Amino acid sequence: MTWLSQNLHIVWGLLADHLLLSVPPILLSLVISVPLGRLAAGSRRWRTPLLTGTGLLYAIPSLPLFIIIPAITGFALRSPATIITALTLYGCALLVRGAADAFASVPEDVRLAAEATGHSRWAMFWRVELPLAGPVLLASLRVVAVSTVSLVTVGAVIGISSLGTLFTDGFQRGIEASILTGIVLTAAVAFALDGLCVLAGRVAMPWRRAVAA
Amino acid sequence: MIEFDAVRKEYAGGTVAVADFSLRVPTHSVVALVGSSGSGKTTLLRMVNRMVEPTAGAVRIDGVDVRSIDAVPLRRSIGYVLQAGGLLPHRTVADNVATVPVLAGRSRREARSDALGLLERVGLDPALADRYPAQLSGGQQQRVGVARALAADPSILLMDEPFGAVDPIVREQLQAELRALQAELGKTVLFVTHDIDEAFALGDEVIVLREGAEIAQRGTPTEILASPADDFVASFVGAGTARRTLRIREVDGRRVVVDGDDRPTGVLEADAREGAP
Repeated sequence: MTWLSQNLHIVWGLLADHLLLSVPPILLSLVISVPLGRLAAGSRRWRTPLLTGTGLLYAIPSLPLFIIIPAITGFALRSPATIITALTLYGCALLVRGAADAFASVPEDVRLAAEATGHSRWAMFWRVELPLAGPVLLASLRVVAVSTVSLVTVGAVIGISSLGTLFTDGFQRGIEASILTGIVLTAAVAFALDGLCVLAGRVAMPWRRAVAA
Repeated sequence: MIEFDAVRKEYAGGTVAVADFSLRVPTHSVVALVGSSGSGKTTLLRMVNRMVEPTAGAVRIDGVDVRSIDAVPLRRSIGYVLQAGGLLPHRTVADNVATVPVLAGRSRREARSDALGLLERVGLDPALADRYPAQLSGGQQQRVGVARALAADPSILLMDEPFGAVDPIVREQLQAELRALQAELGKTVLFVTHDIDEAFALGDEVIVLREGAEIAQRGTPTEILASPADDFVASFVGAGTARRTLRIREVDGRRVVVDGDDRPTGVLEADAREGAP
């Protein structure tokens, strides 16, 4: 406890760094995966290459990925951009399949009714398919949110500061309180972002609660 | 007026849903297409609003080939009632009814306030406006479906087994209300059902379809019931069954109509009046 009170300002800074590294990849992978998932769900030709291709991304170990990305993009190895890119790729690996399943879960008769009432393709997507894909999409997003928060810590190994720095530092210097603080706070951030996803889902999909009641 | 001119629908793989079908649906009249599944009746209905494009032939509305009209505005200009209402589960009743006007650019507030009037028109309490479809009974959902179809005040209504998913008592009630509504609104209605009683209850003209949308018989309900064209139509309308063969029996000086099983179905009107105090 004395360690924590003495290092509080460092911990706060690392917590902020952690959030700044976690939230962008979660949002980016959502924005990228929704159209790709819609494409995979709606086109037989695109389905297999998209799902297999993005699924394979997850098989790449994270440390090599942190090195490949700067080589391809020219980002500095120790820059947040490298971590954010890597975690966005991992997020897409999970979310493209999740989004494809989500769009496939939209009932065919509802789609037909929307078509019969004169929804354009654009209106069909925004007003019917996306909201009805919401519940399944949200389930995948929650997994991505939690996994992204834990993957951010790996960046500490290549020297990008986050709550993971508390592990690497703590191990090197033998400070147990530092390691413990890192673990507890990482879990807390994961819980908090997961809760935020659930809350956003409630606000965006009011019909689900009304119907369940 | 809706006109089918020698339309054909053949799917890739060679399945022929509609072989060669021609029909005129006169303005302000209700025409019922009745047939079992595979008769191509729903395919015909969907040709009118271009959800299905015919392989050959043409569908015309007031003389205009529907292919010359962009599908999206065409669909908004035609009311469509689907089985079980076909409502959007994530939108409230009022928003469902307001669907087409909002898509066409009307403000949501105005369209919703119009929707309340439409709900009353189809016999629903406007207090249901903020419920979701899953919170309504089957019959209520059907009424919302009808209200939505009427929202843009279309001159044509297409109805695809609209009352198929509700119990018989509610179905008869909905049919009666639709007749009353039609007497007032005078839409051009093309109606699809597999239920011959529904076709007889609603159609000014009834078209009995065989497989591939071949017309087995067309006529008023009375004509078809009086003289079925062939065995297929006869069995379809149930000619000769106990339900359709009514006789008169004298009971206490009144003439009661009974069916083939001697079950009473009603009293002849002249007698009923005499008997009334």
